[in-house]
Amino acid sequence: MEINFAHDVDNVLKQASQLNKPVLLDFSAAPM
Amino acid sequence: MWPDQRVVKFVNDNFLPARVHAKDDSALFQKFGEKYNAQWTPTILELDSAGVERHRIEGFLPADEFLAQLMLGRAQIAFSQQQWDEAERRFREIVERLPDTDAAPEALYWAGATAYKGSHDPSSLTKTAEAFRERYQDSTWAKKASVWG
Repeated sequence: MEINFAHDVDNVLKQASQLNKPVLLDFSAAPM
Repeated sequence: MWPDQRVVKFVNDNFLPARVHAKDDSALFQKFGEKYNAQWTPTILELDSAGVERHRIEGFLPADEFLAQLMLGRAQIAFSQQQWDEAERRFREIVERLPDTDAAPEALYWAGATAYKGSHDPSSLTKTAEAFRERYQDSTWAKKASVWG
């Protein structure tokens, strides 16, 4: 199992509002 | 931090996860870095459903400490929404499951504060002060709770 991070943050914030769900926003520089 | 399966499950169960990468998403990294004043990596923000920051984790943490911080942020989101029962349950879960983490004394403090907010019963604060006389005595949170009893 892994975390499927989205990269379209604006869309995630929009979804969060619609679903009333919190967001975890990761600012990363780790190798991908 | 991220490969830990407890962390993965907690994130998937509780959040919509998003990532901006300093190199691969540099424009987004700059845009949201400015919006949320994130100038270092790793920085992990826990935002409520309105996009308001409720908790910030800066720098690497071992898995237990990281999970406890994530749980603390999620509890703070419930607190900010005045969901007192849920917030108290979440704060107490940190103390019970991860008692040796730095987040635990903070969670114990906020569990007491949340219980009081939900009940207006001052004994919630007194009991919390008593609990701090038995554990986490040297923490900042014990000092903060000392006025409660």
